[in-house]
Amino acid sequence: MVEILGVPAPALFGQLLLGLINGAFYAMLSLGLAVIFGLLNIINFTHGAQYMMGAFTAWMLLNWFGIGYWWSLLLAPLFVGLTGIAIERLLLKRLAGLDHLYGLLLTFGLALVIQGLYRNEFGSTGLPYAIPAELRGGQNLGFMFLPNYRAWVVVVSLAVCLATWLVIEKTRLGSYLRAATENPTLVQAMGIDVPKMVTLTYGFGVALAAFAGVLAAPIYQVSPLMGADLIIVVFAVVVIGGMGSILGSIVTGFGLGVIEGLTKVFWPQASATVIFVIMAIVLLLRPAGLFGRAS
Amino acid sequence: MRRSWLFAAAALAGTLLTLPAAADFTGGKVRIGVLNDQSSLYADITGQGSVVAARMAVEDWGGKVKGVPIEVVFADHQNKPDVGSNIARQWYDTEGVDAIVDVPTSSVALAINEITREKNKVFLVSGAATSDLTGPKCSPNTVHWTYDTWALANGTGSAIVQTGGDSWFFLTADYAFGHALERDTEAVVLKSGGKVLGKVRHPLNTPDFSSYLLQAQASRAKIIGLANAGGDTINSIKQAAEFGIVAGGQNLAGLLVFITDVHGLGLQTAQGLILTESFYWDLNDSTRAWSKRFAERMNGRMPTMVHAGVYAAVLHYLKALDALGSDADGRAVVAKMKEMPTDDPLFGKGEIRVDGRKLHPMYLFEVKKPAESKGPWDYYKLKATIPADKAFRPLAEGNCPLVK
Amino acid sequence: MAARSEPAPIAVAVPSDVLRHQKLGIVLLAALLLVAPFVFYPVFVMKVLCFALFACAFNLLIGYVGLLSFGHAAFFGTASYAAGHAAKVWGLPFELAVPFATLCSAGLGLVFGWLAIRRQGIYFAMITLALAQMLYFFYLQAPFTGGEDGIQAIPRGKLFGILDLSNDLVIYWVVAAIFMGGFLLIYRTIHSPFGQVLKAIRENEARAISLGYDTDRYKLVAFTLSAALSGLAGGTKAIVFQLASLTDVHWTMSGEVVLMALVGGLGTVFGPVLGAAVIVSLQNYLAGLGHWVTIVQGLIFVACVLAFRRGIVGELAHLLKKPL
Repeated sequence: MVEILGVPAPALFGQLLLGLINGAFYAMLSLGLAVIFGLLNIINFTHGAQYMMGAFTAWMLLNWFGIGYWWSLLLAPLFVGLTGIAIERLLLKRLAGLDHLYGLLLTFGLALVIQGLYRNEFGSTGLPYAIPAELRGGQNLGFMFLPNYRAWVVVVSLAVCLATWLVIEKTRLGSYLRAATENPTLVQAMGIDVPKMVTLTYGFGVALAAFAGVLAAPIYQVSPLMGADLIIVVFAVVVIGGMGSILGSIVTGFGLGVIEGLTKVFWPQASATVIFVIMAIVLLLRPAGLFGRAS
Repeated sequence: MRRSWLFAAAALAGTLLTLPAAADFTGGKVRIGVLNDQSSLYADITGQGSVVAARMAVEDWGGKVKGVPIEVVFADHQNKPDVGSNIARQWYDTEGVDAIVDVPTSSVALAINEITREKNKVFLVSGAATSDLTGPKCSPNTVHWTYDTWALANGTGSAIVQTGGDSWFFLTADYAFGHALERDTEAVVLKSGGKVLGKVRHPLNTPDFSSYLLQAQASRAKIIGLANAGGDTINSIKQAAEFGIVAGGQNLAGLLVFITDVHGLGLQTAQGLILTESFYWDLNDSTRAWSKRFAERMNGRMPTMVHAGVYAAVLHYLKALDALGSDADGRAVVAKMKEMPTDDPLFGKGEIRVDGRKLHPMYLFEVKKPAESKGPWDYYKLKATIPADKAFRPLAEGNCPLVK
Repeated sequence: MAARSEPAPIAVAVPSDVLRHQKLGIVLLAALLLVAPFVFYPVFVMKVLCFALFACAFNLLIGYVGLLSFGHAAFFGTASYAAGHAAKVWGLPFELAVPFATLCSAGLGLVFGWLAIRRQGIYFAMITLALAQMLYFFYLQAPFTGGEDGIQAIPRGKLFGILDLSNDLVIYWVVAAIFMGGFLLIYRTIHSPFGQVLKAIRENEARAISLGYDTDRYKLVAFTLSAALSGLAGGTKAIVFQLASLTDVHWTMSGEVVLMALVGGLGTVFGPVLGAAVIVSLQNYLAGLGHWVTIVQGLIFVACVLAFRRGIVGELAHLLKKPL
């Protein structure tokens, strides 16, 4: 059997594929974070909690109203996105123009409140959410067993990421958005309702997190703390990709997923730390991130 | 039912024979502090349930020892040793707490163990797993009630090897508790004639286990031992099902799984899992009766073995106080607890060894298939009972300084 | 609406008569330290003091140089382990263990600082976070830290072989003296010519460079000093609580110190002390709330950011129109 660095080649392919799947979650979450940071200049620490809310909304829809996975993919992001809009209107709006630190703290505090409320209601162990019947089972690829659901996750998140990138980079709406990031006053003067755009952008970023949460529900335990530790990793992804860079966060998300996957083979203990090593190196060599424009 | 009559009688006798002995009880009352995780990872396993269990013990005893009122207070240590030790010091020094109960998370429990020894109070452990508490770190002020890493490793490890699961692969949480669980289980597996084909150490709170599971699959070990806890165990079991590990002929052995974890996973995913616990609500009439009362106060949630341990430990503590007539000297109270045989509705008859280890049987369970379950919380099938004298680490092997 | 107002502005050059308020504040603080152990539980006050010193050291960077470090737990925790190891394994007494720990953190601060000061703003914060996370991993793996059990039962020992530190009141006076020493050192630094240059860097780094200052060296010295004082706090904490654990190096500890400084007031002299007192009291007294702790804590952060952006002391200073 062919071996690469002492690991059989087929096993390595399997790990690469798994890394790509995990990267899909990083990509979707960091994409939302990057969009929000780009326009609102806020580091949204509630992102992890909103991802958790997405998963819980799917669970509630199923267990309380009998609404299944497919509708949840649409309804949960919509619902969580609306709560995001409320948060932006009521709270974040007041922080415009202030240092990053305040936005970070406010959203961090909100995350604590949201996680606490869910924990009080549902307990800390979490709840089961089954894989939808259409996606059960898996394919034997020869070098590994690939569950159908994981394949679906990769495909759908790639599609969502690409669509978002296309909207922002190639459409008129996207060009307003990018312009507002650079100079909100000027864009406002051109007759575009910038505050509304900001609100909707936040809602969209949050909805992306919730969408990732619904996708995650059948794989991970639906638990109030499922997003608590994720946020710091996802934030590192955004920094490595270049703050506010859409393409950067997508590519880095998938890339880091793969690197983390390989670390899990060669030095599993370090797999939670490797992202920070990369972040330190990138920041020292290319301060604006891999895809960021130096300001 | 006969037992609760005995209790009522004992409580009545206690009240009738009451002498004005309040002077022997510090602060004129007995105060028991439940210190555990109320807000995060282990809140379902310990949390408010332990507080309810302690209160039930106090009520069943009659609310008073020798005419002195008994009070239960609680706090959240947030799984941080410094927060926990700070609360413990304050409780002991200024708030008249006589005994601390529960304390999950080994690092916090070890810290409380030292403080309790220093202040000469009483520490009744139920939630923490580390067998060091009755080993090198053993203390004349500490009783370790419910379970420990050695008992879990021994129960699950030897039973599985005996039924043919003789090749193992470990999925170990990379921290002291995971290492201890892995080390103890490996020793048991090797001793019973099995072999260990490999192990992989994952960081604490890993959401994705697929990579590790793939490595476990490639090892072709018959048994994948999960030397982790809480969310990590749940996610590994869930994803093992997704990747067809069990369908492919390998079996999972959860080394630390609580009934709330099984509840969280659902039987569809958890079925067939083999695990060791010292308590299950559906063991016999008296456990069923007690658990029913517990569930009524906990929104229908059944007790974990940690909750049961808190109840039984507090009850035995009160018994010792009653016999001693004082709570002032923690060492004397624990000595009395060790001297008196234990007897309670949840763990039956037993004893506390000189190193502080409470002895009772451990049970090997298998999680039922969905079709076998008759209703909510009907999850376990009893596979084997490990008698009290075989269930825990032999006294001589613990290196406890109290054992000469 | 006043929502767009900036955080507390601090006068660059402070006339000496304004300083009188701060001096009065210091006298008040000292008096409070003398009374505190008889009113409150001494161990609790010591915890407040250790964190207050930590927050003051952190504030030296953010408040006076404008550098937000998100990895200060690294210095606090390193010293905590160093002091614990020195006292428990090597058997060093308090008066050697704590300075040794401080030195370790200072050395680490020099290395981290040298790497991090090349970047500014959020990138500086992220580098410090990344370095601290790497160090956390090292401590998790290193055998001498005892993994997540930490170093337990660290002996308090005797100071200079005479004063028995296992007495809570005796060790309290030692901790109070250490805190006051560290606090005064920071106070002196802020008002020294060196401190004025730091503030100039915070206000406009390009201008400071054009005036001929080697700003990187100033920043590095400030960073190292801040790391050393964080270490002093961490080392003292380890011995007082007889415990050094992973909590001390985890990123949430870095977050906590940011909160303390912010709640009290960034760039104020007394803010971090009050902020530490508030946060530690909250943790202590909210513990009895059980599962409501995180919710209440979260609500407090939200309220702070929305209503008390300058921090408690900063708002007070704003009202009095005097720097505090």
